[in-house]
Amino acid sequence: MIAELGQVFLSLALILSLVLATVPLYGAHQNKPELMRMAHTLVIGHFVFALAAYLALTAAFLNHDFTVAYVATNSNLLLPWFYRVSAVWGGHEGSLLLWILMLAGWMVLVSVFSKNLPRAFVARVLSVMGMIAVGFLLFTLLTSNPFDRLLPGPLDGQDLNPLLQDPGMIFHPPLLYMGYVGFAVAFGFAIAGLLGGRVESQWVKWSRPWTLMAWAFLTVGIALGSWWAYYELGWGGWWFWDPVENASFIPWLIGTALIHSQAVTEKRGAFPAWTVLLAIAAFSMSLLGTFLVRSGVLTSVHAFANDPERGMFILGFMVVVTGGALLLYALRAPRIMTGKGFDFMSKETMLLLNNVFFAVSAAMVLLGTLYPLVIDLMGWGQISVGPPYFGAMFILLMTPVVMLMPLGPFSRWGQDNLWRVMFPMLATLAGALLAALVIVAWLDAWSWRAVTGWMGGLWLIAGSAHFLFDRHRSSRFGVPRHQLGMALAHAGVGVFVIGVAMVESATYERDVRLEPGQTVEVAGLAFTLDEVVSVKGPNWIAEEARFSVRRDGALIEKMTPQKRRYHQSGQTMTQVALRPGLFQDLYVAMGEQMDEQTNAWSMRIHIKPFIRWIWGGALMLAIGATLAASDKRYRLARKQQAAAVDVNAAPSRP
Amino acid sequence: MTPRRRKRLTMIVVLVVGIGTAAAIAISALQENMLYFIAPSDVQAQPLPADRNFRLGGLVEAGSIERDADSLHVQFVVTDGVHQVPVTYAGILPDLFREGQGVIAQGRLDESGVFHAREVLARHDETYMPPEVAAALERSGAPHGVVE
Amino acid sequence: MIRLLTPLVVFIGLIALLIVGMQSAEERKRVDSPLLGRPIPNLELPRLHEPDNKARTDERLGEPWVLNVWGSWCQSCRVEHPYILKLSENAGVPVVGFNWKDERADALRWLRQFGDAWAYHMVDFEGRAAIDLGVYGAPETFLIDHRGIIRHKHIGPIDEQSYADLMVRIGTLRDEASQ
Repeated sequence: MIAELGQVFLSLALILSLVLATVPLYGAHQNKPELMRMAHTLVIGHFVFALAAYLALTAAFLNHDFTVAYVATNSNLLLPWFYRVSAVWGGHEGSLLLWILMLAGWMVLVSVFSKNLPRAFVARVLSVMGMIAVGFLLFTLLTSNPFDRLLPGPLDGQDLNPLLQDPGMIFHPPLLYMGYVGFAVAFGFAIAGLLGGRVESQWVKWSRPWTLMAWAFLTVGIALGSWWAYYELGWGGWWFWDPVENASFIPWLIGTALIHSQAVTEKRGAFPAWTVLLAIAAFSMSLLGTFLVRSGVLTSVHAFANDPERGMFILGFMVVVTGGALLLYALRAPRIMTGKGFDFMSKETMLLLNNVFFAVSAAMVLLGTLYPLVIDLMGWGQISVGPPYFGAMFILLMTPVVMLMPLGPFSRWGQDNLWRVMFPMLATLAGALLAALVIVAWLDAWSWRAVTGWMGGLWLIAGSAHFLFDRHRSSRFGVPRHQLGMALAHAGVGVFVIGVAMVESATYERDVRLEPGQTVEVAGLAFTLDEVVSVKGPNWIAEEARFSVRRDGALIEKMTPQKRRYHQSGQTMTQVALRPGLFQDLYVAMGEQMDEQTNAWSMRIHIKPFIRWIWGGALMLAIGATLAASDKRYRLARKQQAAAVDVNAAPSRP
Repeated sequence: MTPRRRKRLTMIVVLVVGIGTAAAIAISALQENMLYFIAPSDVQAQPLPADRNFRLGGLVEAGSIERDADSLHVQFVVTDGVHQVPVTYAGILPDLFREGQGVIAQGRLDESGVFHAREVLARHDETYMPPEVAAALERSGAPHGVVE
Repeated sequence: MIRLLTPLVVFIGLIALLIVGMQSAEERKRVDSPLLGRPIPNLELPRLHEPDNKARTDERLGEPWVLNVWGSWCQSCRVEHPYILKLSENAGVPVVGFNWKDERADALRWLRQFGDAWAYHMVDFEGRAAIDLGVYGAPETFLIDHRGIIRHKHIGPIDEQSYADLMVRIGTLRDEASQ
């Protein structure tokens, strides 16, 4: 019953989104305020029905309604309630429903927070987002309905993939989707800007906080996924350049370019067409990511549903959305192509360089991801592209970015002089380089990666600190939030760079065979395997290894990795034991039983220095972006603009 | 040429040269890091360079897993139904590694035809086999037991 | 104008690549088994209900039959189950189950719950015979003619469309057998 209700709610949401996609747009075109005003109500209604459908599926999970095929595939009687709630998005169909709900949520937010923007513009934005909602609702209802029945239902379900039975997995997909869907807002603003008449140059300023928030969500989502892979997959890696990871990384790289190019376009009116193009690309790449993950075109360790029909639908949708947007761009861009000239050495050039490097990086990742497909189509055999390709490309492309990043904020718009920018920074640079050498010597981690990593990282952190110090001294009202956010984010990159350099150069790894009672020495720490015992969980049984970790004979930690076997699916899972630390993680994972009599097991023991800095840096990026988005200049500016527009617009009305 | 146009031209030249260089580097990096996917029958069919990494795919032959008594060395045979390739590996095998299961081993082939794996990946799900493995099984032609 | 169309052109190229890629991905999955048009391997496997009584593939010579690969762990097999019922009722040829990588108790419980539509089942708990058959997923359905030649293989669950297709093909095989 509840599933049928969910179906009805989804259909109602589709009807509302169809109206939303057309009527306000028409209203904006014909200048009919009553039609434009409908957008607000429609957006709220659409959200209510999307939420109701989502809750219906959640209820089916909580009630163990195995006559719903999706529930039967992704849950079972033994699954704890919180995993039943998160299992809603554990599979393809449900994750789409979450997508739809989030899109509906973003639309409500846009509608609520854009009261001060010109009505026609908001109507256009919401209509464009409504079109996207139509596409996703159709996709769900036609190819991936989570409410499909399976009659008669099985007595018990199949279980949620054990890999997904984990707190990290509860939050990773929603945050990632928030980012993807958030780019739909930037996309909507850009398209509305192209469609609009006189106020088009303002849309960049209005869309900046939205883009920043979407980017912040995507950053946290990707970081969470990396953290999850680190402790859940049991390999100790934090990034695998897997096609699915790349699918989320490409929009992130483009999004990074976008938030920087928006700054130029807003402040100086320079390269507006490029900004529009990036806004289109960021959302299109989110769609492409969805396509790659769900169509079966590429092989991946964690591919979702592989279904060509779904793939064709997403492709068709992309053709409409991106193709339509690019066509509109080609037709309308000449009208917005204005901008002030700028000198070689200027803030514009700095930001342009940022854009070039990030756009090229995105192209490199896309190339590496799609290359196997091209080779296969040419009939040259089946290949995969190894992670060293991506690693090499990134070091190459990001080195100049790291070197130039601290200089960017100091440079002036229009025209500047390299020496003027560089000179005050020389002391900071020298300090950072020296400190890097001292730290590396102290850690005794001599390797070119560690040295360059620390130099780059400290240069970024010191540069940001220098910038904040300067601003604080020269401004009477304190440092505005958007500058604070930027400095924090740039320092976050520094933290991240240090983390990556240390993990990649100084990780201590050992795979050993251990019997109970044996001890292995790893980097000054003694890991003793005390015993291996059997333990029982709600829906699994496990072998648990109990380790005592001692430094100089003193016990510092008990660690208990597990090898779990889930009842329902019969899948085996490695549960890693971790001792997280600011400067190093201890990481122990069980391999397999080598000998039944002695109970010897293969064990993977890692010491990962500074790995928390990788995610810490990412978190700083996200917090920085959020701070910048919350700056009052956007709110103030919005009000002023709106007032100005209204005054100007008044006489032209009949 | 006005200064403005000259500036523009220089900028475009810089961009084109930059992107060209990046593309050239990318292609050569791609070539170096390309891992060819091979099936046991490919190993039989033609000599493969010993200095390159490959991904060898197939099924773990039943009864072929041999473990070393006191280290992490393990040997097993990967088959596509027609030909077999012995594989050696030192380290921890993935959770889903089992006899009769699809695997992908990444490593080098030595002169004696033994594949030295540096990494072993197992198939993730019973209803799903990596298309690469599936295709390799198909390409191998007629499996055992077929009366021609 | 031409410059402004560049992104669109690049995008169209990308889409073309992806469409062709999808087609080939589908073909890769669909690659007809190398056994198509070849005799089915001689297999001798225990029956599910009577483990001591072995079933052989060559004892079916003389009439067309259907071999359906399934397992109690396989959710898609649940989806196609109604069509297996219809097939065994309407096809007029034996529909034999190939119980793959299962456990006897699970398989029997599954059959009790949903109904046993098959003539009988051959079991391959270890999945060794399945390698000879070229099985790489469940469900899969093979059509074998009266001479023991594999004539068709359907990969994935049977649905309305593939059911109709299978019925037509079975009809042809029956005509051939009666000639």
